[in-house]
Amino acid sequence: MHEADPVVRPYGDRRDDGAVQVSFTLPVRAGELASEAARALMRKMGLASPQVVFSRDLGEGLTFFVGYGRCTHQVDLATLEVPRLQGEVMDFGAVNRFVRERLGRKVVVVGACTGTDAHTLGLDAILSMKGFAGDYGLERYPEFRVVNLGSQVPNETLVARAVEEGADAILVSQVVTMRDVHLANLTRLAELLEAEGVRERVVLIAGGPRISHELAVELGFDAGFGPGTTPSQVASFIVKELDRRRVTGFRDGR
Amino acid sequence: MTETCRGLASGLRLDPGLVREAREDARAIVDEVLAYVREHTTTSMERAALRLAGVEEVDAEGTPLVNLVVDRLGDRLGHGASYWLFNAVAVTGREPEEVARAVAEGELDLGRLPAADPARVRQLGTGAARLAMEAIDARRRERDVMVERLGQSPSPWLYVIVATGNIYEDVVQARSAARMGADVIAVIRSTGQSLLDYVPHGATTEGYAGTYATQENFRIMRRALDEVSEELGRYVRQVNYASGLCMPEIAAMGALERLDMMLNDAMYGILFRDINPRRTLIDQYLSRRISARAGHIINTGEDNYLTTDDAFTAAHTVIASQFINEEFALRAGLAREQLGLGHAFQMDPDLPDGLLHEIAQAALVRALFPGCPIKFMPPTKYKTGNIFRAHLQDGLFNLVGVLTGQGIQLLGMPTEAIHTPFVSDRYLALENARYVMNNARHLGEEFLLRPDGRIARRAREVLERAVAMLRQIRDIGLWQALEEGMFAAVRRDRDGGKGLEGVVAREPDYYNPFLDELEGGRCGA
Repeated sequence: MHEADPVVRPYGDRRDDGAVQVSFTLPVRAGELASEAARALMRKMGLASPQVVFSRDLGEGLTFFVGYGRCTHQVDLATLEVPRLQGEVMDFGAVNRFVRERLGRKVVVVGACTGTDAHTLGLDAILSMKGFAGDYGLERYPEFRVVNLGSQVPNETLVARAVEEGADAILVSQVVTMRDVHLANLTRLAELLEAEGVRERVVLIAGGPRISHELAVELGFDAGFGPGTTPSQVASFIVKELDRRRVTGFRDGR
Repeated sequence: MTETCRGLASGLRLDPGLVREAREDARAIVDEVLAYVREHTTTSMERAALRLAGVEEVDAEGTPLVNLVVDRLGDRLGHGASYWLFNAVAVTGREPEEVARAVAEGELDLGRLPAADPARVRQLGTGAARLAMEAIDARRRERDVMVERLGQSPSPWLYVIVATGNIYEDVVQARSAARMGADVIAVIRSTGQSLLDYVPHGATTEGYAGTYATQENFRIMRRALDEVSEELGRYVRQVNYASGLCMPEIAAMGALERLDMMLNDAMYGILFRDINPRRTLIDQYLSRRISARAGHIINTGEDNYLTTDDAFTAAHTVIASQFINEEFALRAGLAREQLGLGHAFQMDPDLPDGLLHEIAQAALVRALFPGCPIKFMPPTKYKTGNIFRAHLQDGLFNLVGVLTGQGIQLLGMPTEAIHTPFVSDRYLALENARYVMNNARHLGEEFLLRPDGRIARRAREVLERAVAMLRQIRDIGLWQALEEGMFAAVRRDRDGGKGLEGVVAREPDYYNPFLDELEGGRCGA
């Protein structure tokens, strides 16, 4: 009925009721003043008729709130631009066929958690045999050769290994984002690859819970993958990008 | 085993012959490693000895004096840093810390001093070691008195982590968590500290995804937790990490500052931090000796195997490793009530009957290691950012913890996989645990598992596979098992990884009065 309407607001239990649920903590001792502060803040967030439905003193002069309000804002879908990865996602079989038919050689992928990051969960989800969410990891792809360097790899080591292995793609996972350490670290990697003159020879990919495609591109990467990414999405991107470069002479034409 | 096999776990009907076999194999595996340990020392082991002798300060650049002394000893280290230190004390008449400072400033070269009367050197060393033991014993008694006076929660104890990077902010969050019901507070370390070959110094306010473990930070948190313990009338425990390249030094600091638990597992460092296996197994022996004396509960890290390997298919690797870790611990003088052997609730939520398999594993661990305060780790691997499902996953985890009688429950956070926990996430997690555990406190006493049921059959199958794995490791040795990737699906070479350069062969006259006192003539190694 409203399908053509490109202007949307949150949907609670009725179209356009604008219902929004929030929770947050304020550094105020629990009480009337704290709840009033919470409601005032919600109004400033654009929530009309703010209600505090629950509050709890967390000690140390902190109070936690759960609240509801009606969002006074709306979004016009027609005005939005979504930075998006090109192309369809292929499954395991299709990717391997694609490599055999279009590239005719094995794809070499080198992956690492760089800097001080010791969290390999995301990297392993994409690279390990088992993969993630029932989607096999790249190690299981017969047309891929994977070098997983693990955690706390210095950028310099990663670049050296990528050159040594003749990597087609570099995968960097960054989980620790405290004080934006991941931004500095990723930028440094892109710069190092430029300095070594190998940046354009590899498909450079970042991943992690706080990574978006847009952010990665901004930092000089070819793609970024956020939470919930499956190995076949990454594999599809890599092989299509390699094919695109082959066709356009991106890689060998210089 | 019989005493703790009351209730739920008695239905598992484990074969006592298999359990005996597992322990015999673990003993043989550990014998081989300890034969190597006995003949070596490490830079960090020698630095720990210096710390126990009272050397705590740093030089003008912030380098710990213990590092400077050990580095300058070079290949003389095989005689034991304690020999050189107490020889210098005998010759110069200065205190250990003054000797260390003089070495740091280049004023004294320990190797060029005349040799004092060996009996005098030994007398000084033994005296210092006994003083250190008295200091550790006093802190242990202090804990015993406080626990006796204030009391403590029934198990499972509720364990939460703070990780702001700033010790003063950590204190605020730790006190808040304690007031909301936390029994145990861990200050997680800054990312990368495990690979530092020195211990940072002083109070710190900057760290990445955690706060540096320093002796001063230990003191600041201890003071805050003691205050809140008094206020709440319940002893709140403090945890840190005696792991990584400075394992024994941090154990010593934890002993002197009355920490209550230390994460301490060489296997974890080898597999997940790529620390050299030889280095860290030597370090682990001394650190466990120190923790044994200090009354620390150690926490082992088998739970981590299930992050890189699958919780269902690799369940037996956790059990096999726990048998090995138990043997390492007992041989270093730890009592069973000090062994927080680790495991985790990490089955794929889409696995049919996953809860039954989790109960099987938790009951099995409980039955196999009677008297140990088992450390149960929460689901993390299959948390997706859906905080609502995550909260439910943690609820089931808490139910299994209380149902099977785990000792230490590290609480899961609804926002796992999104960010370091908000102060409110910790509240939600604590409320979840208190709700479930209060409501199901004695549920485990009301049921017997069907011996022919799915849970009991699964537990027996996991034990059989663990025993088979131990037999295989016994045949090839632990070093080879690591090289073949038998744990966590990770391969580690005995001569690879970080820190091998810090391993030194002990000379026949190797002297370490602190180790001698800790062993008390009973060299488990």
